[in-house]
Amino acid sequence: MVAANSTQPLSITLRVWRQADARQPGKFVEYQARELSPDMSFLEMLDVVNDQLTVKGEDPIAFAHDCREGICGTCSCTINGKPHGPGRGVATCQIYMRTFRDGDVVTVEPFRAAAFPVVKDLVTDRSAFDKIQSAGGFITVRAGSAPEANGLPVPKPDADLAMDAATCIGCGACVAACKNASAMLFVAAKVSHLGLMPQGQAERDRRVLAMVGTMDELGFGNCTNYYECSAACPKLISHDFIARMNGDYLKASFRAALKPESAGASGGV
Amino acid sequence: MATLDSKTPPGPLADKWRKHKADMKLVNPANKRKYEVIVVGAGLAGASAASSLADMGYKVKCFVFHDSPRRAHSIAAQGGINAAKNYQNDGDSVYRLFYDTIKGGDYRSREANVHRLAEVSVNIIDQCVAQGVPFAREYGGLLANRSFGGAQVSRTFYARGQTGQQLLLGAYSALMRNVGAGTVELHTQREMLDLVIVDGQAKGVVIRDLVTGAIERHAADAVVLATGGYGNVFNLSTYARGSNATAIWRAYKRGACFANPCYTQIHPTCIPVSGDYQSKLTLMSESLRNDGRIWVPKKAEDRRKDPSAIADADRDYFLERMYPAFGNLCPRDIASRAAKRVCDEGRGVGPSGLGVYLDFSDAISRLGANGVRERYGNLFDIYHEITAESAYEQPMRIFPAVHYTMGGLWVDYNLMSNVPGLFVLGEANFSDHGANRLGASALMQGLADGYFVIPYTIGDYLATQKPGSCPKADGPEFKAAEDNIRTMTKRLLDNPGREPVSHFHKRLGKLMWEFCGMARTKAGLETALQKIPELREEFWANVRVPGSGDSLNQSLEQAGRVADFIELGELMCRDALTREESCGGHFREEHQHPDGECKRNDEGFGHVAAWEFKGPGQAPARNVEALNYESVKMSVRNYK
Amino acid sequence: MHFFGSLFRSSIGRKVLMAVTGLILIGFVIGHLVGNLQVFQHPDHLNGYAQFLQQLGPWLWVARGVLLVSVVIHVWAATVLTLENNRARGPEAYRIKHTIRATLASRTMRLTGYVVLAFVVYHLAHFTWGSVSRESFKDNLELYTMQSDYKFAGIPVVKAGAEVHDVHEMVVLGFSHPLVSLFYIVAVGLLSFHLLHGLDSMFQTLGLRSGRWSGALRTIAVVFCVTYFAGNLLIPGAVLAGNLRPHTAGPAFSSR
Repeated sequence: MVAANSTQPLSITLRVWRQADARQPGKFVEYQARELSPDMSFLEMLDVVNDQLTVKGEDPIAFAHDCREGICGTCSCTINGKPHGPGRGVATCQIYMRTFRDGDVVTVEPFRAAAFPVVKDLVTDRSAFDKIQSAGGFITVRAGSAPEANGLPVPKPDADLAMDAATCIGCGACVAACKNASAMLFVAAKVSHLGLMPQGQAERDRRVLAMVGTMDELGFGNCTNYYECSAACPKLISHDFIARMNGDYLKASFRAALKPESAGASGGV
Repeated sequence: MATLDSKTPPGPLADKWRKHKADMKLVNPANKRKYEVIVVGAGLAGASAASSLADMGYKVKCFVFHDSPRRAHSIAAQGGINAAKNYQNDGDSVYRLFYDTIKGGDYRSREANVHRLAEVSVNIIDQCVAQGVPFAREYGGLLANRSFGGAQVSRTFYARGQTGQQLLLGAYSALMRNVGAGTVELHTQREMLDLVIVDGQAKGVVIRDLVTGAIERHAADAVVLATGGYGNVFNLSTYARGSNATAIWRAYKRGACFANPCYTQIHPTCIPVSGDYQSKLTLMSESLRNDGRIWVPKKAEDRRKDPSAIADADRDYFLERMYPAFGNLCPRDIASRAAKRVCDEGRGVGPSGLGVYLDFSDAISRLGANGVRERYGNLFDIYHEITAESAYEQPMRIFPAVHYTMGGLWVDYNLMSNVPGLFVLGEANFSDHGANRLGASALMQGLADGYFVIPYTIGDYLATQKPGSCPKADGPEFKAAEDNIRTMTKRLLDNPGREPVSHFHKRLGKLMWEFCGMARTKAGLETALQKIPELREEFWANVRVPGSGDSLNQSLEQAGRVADFIELGELMCRDALTREESCGGHFREEHQHPDGECKRNDEGFGHVAAWEFKGPGQAPARNVEALNYESVKMSVRNYK
Repeated sequence: MHFFGSLFRSSIGRKVLMAVTGLILIGFVIGHLVGNLQVFQHPDHLNGYAQFLQQLGPWLWVARGVLLVSVVIHVWAATVLTLENNRARGPEAYRIKHTIRATLASRTMRLTGYVVLAFVVYHLAHFTWGSVSRESFKDNLELYTMQSDYKFAGIPVVKAGAEVHDVHEMVVLGFSHPLVSLFYIVAVGLLSFHLLHGLDSMFQTLGLRSGRWSGALRTIAVVFCVTYFAGNLLIPGAVLAGNLRPHTAGPAFSSR
């Protein structure tokens, strides 16, 4: 049912983090956003504010966005201290103005983490995630070499659980929400998705060691099991995957230490 | 005039691809690393192409305007991907998938391309499963299927409502593996602004670094564009806000022909527009039509009534009534037009009167609320977030919205445009969907092009180029292209205008939706062709682009894209006006059967119209590639 | 080599060190509590037990060494992780601090850890080294003559008639200072709170916490911590309430 107040326009005060680039200091600037429709999305509200700034000759607020349907993982505002803002299991683009009350002061900050330097205003550089991915977040299979798809049955519960992990949109809210700016949920989601599938077993040890190793090098914090990550995750990915990755990492470390090395490991030359 | 040789191999349809693969020239493994290939875009087509080419040994540079290659809008495809696996034992085959796609495209696609697409569809599923894509499974551990519009078999593979995401992440993981191995050089936050042609062949691109504003030149032996569709010409669409036509439009202005620009797909099941501020329309997956029933009140006076108060006898389940064989699962263009028709009759629902009900009450009584939640829970959640309404308690309101563009740069059978060395993949090309695309076929085409077509066909071209003959990026052609971009950037930034870019984009969108949307008329298109150039003039006179060119400037990015959309919109209208027939997504009111169905003109328009740029201020030339149907007979599409 | 290297270098490795050392220390505090609860029995029990531990000789030092190394590693890992975590937020902190669901116990681990560490030092000074409250330290009390055999696992390890330190008396006298007892109670309370997150966290870090079991684990952790706190509360509580009195002043324990 449509909320009773859903047609009443509202006005809010925005306190937005403005920062020209990573090297320069930033500060909060206040803007008034008036006569907003409650059916407007938060990003559409920013569009409207930006158009007004443009007409006034001011620099519009830079913010990251693309699909505006909660799946691409680009949008990344911290609204009133919570990555992606009020609401559970949604991205910034899925926040609607009906969530706010007339007269609210709304503070908008970027996702804050040393590994996500600010590019401008609310836009951050999250390429660290791509680096982690390139370290091991894959199953090596070149086009043309794949076996028949139904040749390898995957138990439905495993496939479903893998899918739970695979829904990660790579937005970085887990890092932004973690009090230690740790990337464990992101890495755990990828490691678990592939590690749960029979296809992913060949590279399972190598993957978890390489991805965690790269994560550590990139300046993310360490997990202290606050579970803020999974609460802020727009896809509500469970921190149980972190436990799973911890176990995987331990086992892989053991095996790496104990396994005899093949003389042919260098290519048999 | 450009020559349009489709290079369709001779021989029986089913043997063409196999034979062509055997006939194509090869590049030997040691030479592959001497060739550089530029791939622009990293959606399904771009990421799969870049990773496949790198796996083969080519040196690949990949450019994306996003901050990560995982963000391309392929990620938003919900429903699934088709493949002729026939796992359901329900009579599917390569031929049937081919036939459904040809028929769904209203006989305006190239037979040989579509057959190849159906052939490789089975390999795509194998490839994606091997990559770890968590497709839906049955309890026995084997792959599950669902049915989709325009088909009478269950051949759609899916991963909940996030199939596009999972397939893209698969392709992305393959791409990142190559980035990690150093075989792909990845450049994020880079927008391609021009194509560089040296001696008549595509040999490089000019790129703007969106963060620093630096203009870069990159040379290569071949250029692959996989930059997606141009539906954002309409401003409001299901596309991502960043989706743009700049790369293909600039390539068009360098001589690549633009084929069938008027073929746009309007998706029937989107959430209706709620206000003027709207930036985006959200799609509700077509898979909802498996269990949801679409209706409007029979009587116009009931349209404001609470839907639950309207008796079943007073409801018009118009798709079931008009198309009893396919019912709610008829193809998208047909469903969209039917929805438009009932709204035009004054029976549309919701505040704007532009909406129809998609009702799950039957499905809920059949499967239970939990059964429905299991299948569509995430879609119902999305609907709730946007509208604050629960589709478990009341029917969804939906309305058609622009969703896909079948048109795109013209390519031959090898996916090479009429500019040698320029390959175009995925939605950016025009090749496989004719005048209308079937559901779950876009993902199929993107991955087919990237994993299984370009790896073969690019070698056929590169083998004609001497290894190491790639020009240097400091040649005069590169300099000219860069100067061109600098001039345009400066002009935008220095423009003494007053209106933000969005102002023009919204106006363009309204013009396009009104005159070049679901139903088009000669008079309307002529009006648009008069108004769009006026809008273009006004844009250049009155746009205000704040900020500078040497840092992140989202207004500047958007300004360049909208400038291109305005020009492309004009070409779309021109194409729609010239195509005196109705077919698939192109519906001309003058050309319809008495029951309102598309009336094609196979004699006059059974061809591809590929437009050629003739210079600023000049009318483009309309080139024609005849469509020769050897295996299938062009007939009236019938879903009744 | 790789394995131990990664234990000390990688973030997960350090957390595993935290978990394993934490597990050792939890084992110790449980044993410590169970041993000390013998104070409620005849003085022979606690005093015999203390004498038994002293007789372990080099094995006692091995145990002390393990505990000491555990504490050092636990504190080292916590410090390194904390420093890294502080750096990881980047140059700017959030203007609005918002917590979605992190528990108070998890957010105060550092604070409770520091207090517990300080308490451990004081506790050792009090009952092991005798550097505080010297007058009631065991060395300064009369030796105690065992009235019966003290058996450990059924084997008599301290014979009746043996002259041993009067630890029972030391404990009771030690806790008769209300301030000392209060500090003890607060510290043990904070330790229990520390364990509330620590125990749960340990399972998570070792990859043994997920699904339905995680709910049960949470309950187990709460029950354990409450029980542990209550057990520790008993001794100073009984002394302060007058239920536990020096045995030299009559029957050691009365239910009044």
